[in-house]
Amino acid sequence: MIHFNKHTLHNGLKIIVHEDNSTPMAVVNIMYNVGARDEDPQKTGFAHLFEHLMFGGSINIPEYDEPLQKAGGDNNAYTTNDLTNYYCVLPAQNIETAFWLESDRMLSLAFNKKSLNVQRKVVCEEFKEHYINKPYGDIWHNMRNLAFDVHPYKWMTIGKELSHIENATIEDVKAFFFKHYRPNNAIVVVAGNVQSNQIFQLAEKWFGNIPSSENSIKNIPKEPQQNNAKFLELQANVPLDAIIKTWHIDARLTKGYYAADLITEIFGGGASSRLYNSLVKNKKLFSSINCYHFGSIDPGLLTIEGKLIKGIKMQEAENAIEEELEKLKSTLIENNELQKVKNRTESMITFEDISVESRANSLAMYELLGDAAWMNTELEKYQEITIQDIQQYAQTIFNTKNSSTIHYYSKNN
Amino acid sequence: MSFRKQAPAIQNAVDFDLKLPAIQQFALDNNIPVYSIHGGTQDVIMIEFVFFAGNWYEEKNIIAAITNALLKNGTKTKNALAINEHFEFYGAYLNTHTYSETATVTLHTLNKNLEYLLPVLAELFTDCIFPEEELTTYIKNAKQRLEVNLKKCDFVANRLIDEYIYGHNHPYGKYSTIADFDAIEKNDLQDFYQANYTNGKCMIFVAGKLPTNINNLLNKYFGNLPFNYNKELQKNYLPVCNKTKKHSIINDTDGVQNAIRIARSFPNKQHPDYNNAQILNTILGGFFGSRLMKNIREDKGYTYGIHSFIQNHFHQTAWMISTEAGKDVCNATIEEVYKEMKLLCNEPISNDELFLVKNYLMGNLLSNQSGPFQVIAKWKSLILNNLNEDFYYNSIHTIKTTNAKDLQEIANKYLNPADFYELTVL
Repeated sequence: MIHFNKHTLHNGLKIIVHEDNSTPMAVVNIMYNVGARDEDPQKTGFAHLFEHLMFGGSINIPEYDEPLQKAGGDNNAYTTNDLTNYYCVLPAQNIETAFWLESDRMLSLAFNKKSLNVQRKVVCEEFKEHYINKPYGDIWHNMRNLAFDVHPYKWMTIGKELSHIENATIEDVKAFFFKHYRPNNAIVVVAGNVQSNQIFQLAEKWFGNIPSSENSIKNIPKEPQQNNAKFLELQANVPLDAIIKTWHIDARLTKGYYAADLITEIFGGGASSRLYNSLVKNKKLFSSINCYHFGSIDPGLLTIEGKLIKGIKMQEAENAIEEELEKLKSTLIENNELQKVKNRTESMITFEDISVESRANSLAMYELLGDAAWMNTELEKYQEITIQDIQQYAQTIFNTKNSSTIHYYSKNN
Repeated sequence: MSFRKQAPAIQNAVDFDLKLPAIQQFALDNNIPVYSIHGGTQDVIMIEFVFFAGNWYEEKNIIAAITNALLKNGTKTKNALAINEHFEFYGAYLNTHTYSETATVTLHTLNKNLEYLLPVLAELFTDCIFPEEELTTYIKNAKQRLEVNLKKCDFVANRLIDEYIYGHNHPYGKYSTIADFDAIEKNDLQDFYQANYTNGKCMIFVAGKLPTNINNLLNKYFGNLPFNYNKELQKNYLPVCNKTKKHSIINDTDGVQNAIRIARSFPNKQHPDYNNAQILNTILGGFFGSRLMKNIREDKGYTYGIHSFIQNHFHQTAWMISTEAGKDVCNATIEEVYKEMKLLCNEPISNDELFLVKNYLMGNLLSNQSGPFQVIAKWKSLILNNLNEDFYYNSIHTIKTTNAKDLQEIANKYLNPADFYELTVL
């Protein structure tokens, strides 16, 4: 059970405090409800580029990192398709430094041109390092583009292409900031060796007078139901053939999401999972195979991705995957197998909650979804799933019409 | 003036009085030492077996790594699937890892399931049979993985820079090839397993919310195993450095970035310069506010990240700078790295920068001992390096008392560009 106290400021900023006196540290985690799904299709990669710019100085403080480091703190941030999250960890005595820094960059950035110029380059190098200069690095760029017709999950957080980042202007940056980086679009979670009253006072002092924006309703295009199998063939300078298949699944807050999550565990969770045992160990068709999803808020994708053993034909490998899907659709799984994946889920949640940073992040995430208290009832939602639910959901999603497939061939073979 | 212009008052982390939580010690009936740290907020436990079964002790390349990787792939009574199902049914994580000197088997589990797991864990230390079919599959898949990795410039660069510093016959400098995999036989694994696991030297590290009977439990399942804590571990290797300092490799003609590694040999943790070198390294490239990051990323935008670090080896180590940079800015990046080294040699570090780094390092130390898993990791590193808490307190003492003059001396001793190997891999 994770205890917390919650308070909303007049400008709409939500403050959550989770007290844990077993650590000498405090975490300040700020989650902004903006991600790559909020981008203009002609200006992709912007939410992530923006994350970099948040460290380029704010209106009253020329440098973000140095004062934090002087206070014995450290920080980082990440951007997903759904949200952008910033956190700093520092000795609890110095917590006000984090309030000072975070509130000033919520008030206004410095909009420094040099910072924009440099970070455009840095992000381009990040793009190259992870997605161009790595074997199979472009696989998700292609898969997102294939699987989604209209929803902005169509592109990766890093962006569709380098030129979108290279062309970003300071005017774009300002517009993006004042639209999305407002108190009514953010959640602050403070966790660690702190007291709720003290934190609520600090929040009022530092964040209380930051103006909110007009409540902008997200206008994200809805992905229509897919009615035809999608297919793409690619060739690249990689050593092994690979296959990647995806199926549309339900949104984060639906029952279908929990069934889909357990299905990924049944197929891909650990060395006793179905795909690994059947396709890597027994049939020896793949050298590696994975099944996963990204936990997206809007309806996302369940993915199976594998690298073929040299000499195995693509069709043979794909048929073997299809057989496993059929098995899950036609035969109820054993209670024991369902219990296993539920036990694994319980364990995963418990281990995730070990670090106070991770607890702060989860509280912010559930509050963004609707209510931080859902963090404490999440496991129950998995426990409610039955073997019949698994079969029904497998029948719903593992339909060829709902699938997208990439055959990724090695040029050398 | 707006109250926002003024930084709130802080307590200087450098003044904190840090204490490393004490470790509990206990010996099993077979003399195997158990080190434990009790604490935490979740009902979880970690048990780690550290064997002296790293590649330092292998006769044939990659035997140590493959033996370790196949510990879960079959015993006299259970096949690979049965073993994995058992641990995974209880939601436990059983991970194995091979390092240079040591190899580990680590169990993470919810406390309530601990007793179901220990007997099977014990079996893995005495009853492994390394089935032929498992070995064949493992080797085939590992060779395919290696082929993919060899396409990555960072992977290739990491192998080569170690080879230049330590030589290809040294455990820190050698690496696996397709031919090494083809030369492995089942008997190699069985012999290595018998000598270094079943009858090997081992230590146990435990952390989490420990049940009160933890010592009895460990003794019950592991106290009667044939481990040999007093086993002689005499084996010496001397590094053979490459004669050429500069290397440039084209690994992928389509590559858009170079992996850059710049490195020199460095003694080890026992050396009196170690603590000051760690502080100087932090300033050079050891954190986000380091000089390399500020100059090469935050000012020039040549790279997504650039880091420097002292490798974590027992016997001797290396001091290394590592980055990936666009191929058009590769030479400029290298030039800037040397410029930063020379600056540290020629000019004393300002009080302000030193004050920042001291506070940052102390805050980091504080943060890195806030839970039982982090505390046990600290202790494990001390114990495996034959050090005790004096080392920890000395490093804190150095952070508190070091000055610009001491650090400049260290820079002049170790950061001379001519002493560094330089490698670029496209």
